[in-house]
Amino acid sequence: MDEPKSGSNLEKILEAGHFAFTGELGPPRGTNVEAVRKKCAFLKGNVDMVNVTDNQTAMVRMSSWATALLLIEEGLEPNFQMVCRDRNRLAMQADILGVCAHGVNNILCLSGDHQQFGDHPQAKGVFDIDSTQLIGMVKKMRDEAKFLGGADIDTPPKIFIGAAANPFADPFEWRVYRLAKKVSAGADFIQTQCVFNMEKMREWVKRANDMGLAEKVYILPGVTPMKSIGMARYMQKKVPGMDVPEEIINRLKGVEKKKVADEGIKIACEQIQEFKEMKGVAGVHLMPIEWEHKVPEIAERAGMLPRPTV
Amino acid sequence: MIVAERKPFDEIKAMVSNYRKVLTVGCGTCVAVCLAGGEKEVGVLNSELKIARKIDGNPIEVGAATVERQCDMEFLAELDPIIKDYDAVISMACGAGIQFMAERYPETPVLPAVDTTFIGVNRDVGWYEEKCRACGSCVLGMTGGICPVTMCAKGLFNGPCGGTNNGSCEINDDQPCAWYMIYERLAKQNRLENIIQICPANDWRNQTPRTIVQPAYTDRKAAVN
Repeated sequence: MDEPKSGSNLEKILEAGHFAFTGELGPPRGTNVEAVRKKCAFLKGNVDMVNVTDNQTAMVRMSSWATALLLIEEGLEPNFQMVCRDRNRLAMQADILGVCAHGVNNILCLSGDHQQFGDHPQAKGVFDIDSTQLIGMVKKMRDEAKFLGGADIDTPPKIFIGAAANPFADPFEWRVYRLAKKVSAGADFIQTQCVFNMEKMREWVKRANDMGLAEKVYILPGVTPMKSIGMARYMQKKVPGMDVPEEIINRLKGVEKKKVADEGIKIACEQIQEFKEMKGVAGVHLMPIEWEHKVPEIAERAGMLPRPTV
Repeated sequence: MIVAERKPFDEIKAMVSNYRKVLTVGCGTCVAVCLAGGEKEVGVLNSELKIARKIDGNPIEVGAATVERQCDMEFLAELDPIIKDYDAVISMACGAGIQFMAERYPETPVLPAVDTTFIGVNRDVGWYEEKCRACGSCVLGMTGGICPVTMCAKGLFNGPCGGTNNGSCEINDDQPCAWYMIYERLAKQNRLENIIQICPANDWRNQTPRTIVQPAYTDRKAAVN
């Protein structure tokens, strides 16, 4: 086994060959620390790592680094999400050093939703660097102990580098090449957009395998259980880059009303089962949107428990 | 060209409310082409001002002039003989022209009548589209002649992001995704290898005021200094 690149628990789990299971937590729109702790309780012991979103949908929230520290207090391993929208390269590098100093060992490098969607649409979007360049910058900081500007770093940040991929946005033919760019920039693991179109996902993973990418990076497809038919329709029609096939909606419609949410979880569990068997897939990233309390049940039903200790 | 939009009338009227005699100066180049600040627009603005101030019982005297380019001292000099006759100047040039005018006549208030909007193209009569942000490090050779800094809402250098929606940008269905277009164009030209390479972090050269002196004129500049 290679020398670990970071102090990440996720890295250890993946290196040991376990099927990883990661979760997500959206910080509060305020200083409600208790709300964070409550969400943590649903995740603890049920997932290997928890993504902490960074001003998701361009709405101001408690900063992802500060929330990540609360997760550490609660005994969870955070994945510090960082978007390119809100910080320039100086602030990004400073925050990377800062989180590492406080025991954060994972980062997810993202472009970020455009500020026009959020609660401050007049804001100036920074986008000093893009997500691929951010990946490269973190790798340079970690592996070469150099800042992007070239100066030496005194004690480099040991951080496991994550990136996102959306296999469903067009042009589909290009998506695997964009994955390849992120891998060559230095991504250690990939968490994908929510997967609903399994047929397209199989094809994308196949192409990633054919290009030898799945050997170089751990791919964790995103799984989101549908809570209702309304949510499924909303994601199908309104969320850019989301691909919700009609058959998912038909399945939800095919059960009696009070069993729709249960059917959503059932679909998610079936997806997880298929991903467990899929060549080139190293785990699953569970994103139950504002449904953290369902994580224990989903983890149980998907056969993800107990989580491995390494 | 530089594209500008005339400011709302009330804003211009408020800026000149304390002046009784004002010179409105158009610019005969970019802003004339984009129908924002040429000779014709000077006439329209002056008529509006005269009528509005007359209704207010506070009449204003307005003069009109249009120079070839307000971004050139040689043309601004044409105004030297008349400028002292006015309490203030309304410039209908772009931000560069307005500032050069204000520099030439530092004792006269120079007020903007347009908002300078972008460097763009004339798609059709009265229809302009932004094309360049003057970042100072042009990548159009790599991107098939489509600017990702201007045309991608996130200014990505390694796009497209995950928000591409049937060829549109996530911000708006009417806005084409720049990186989708870049991909399509390079694919047609068999030049996709351009964007398989990672484009490194940009060297933003528009973060401080810029000056260019062409090599042949460095001695001339030194003599001025």
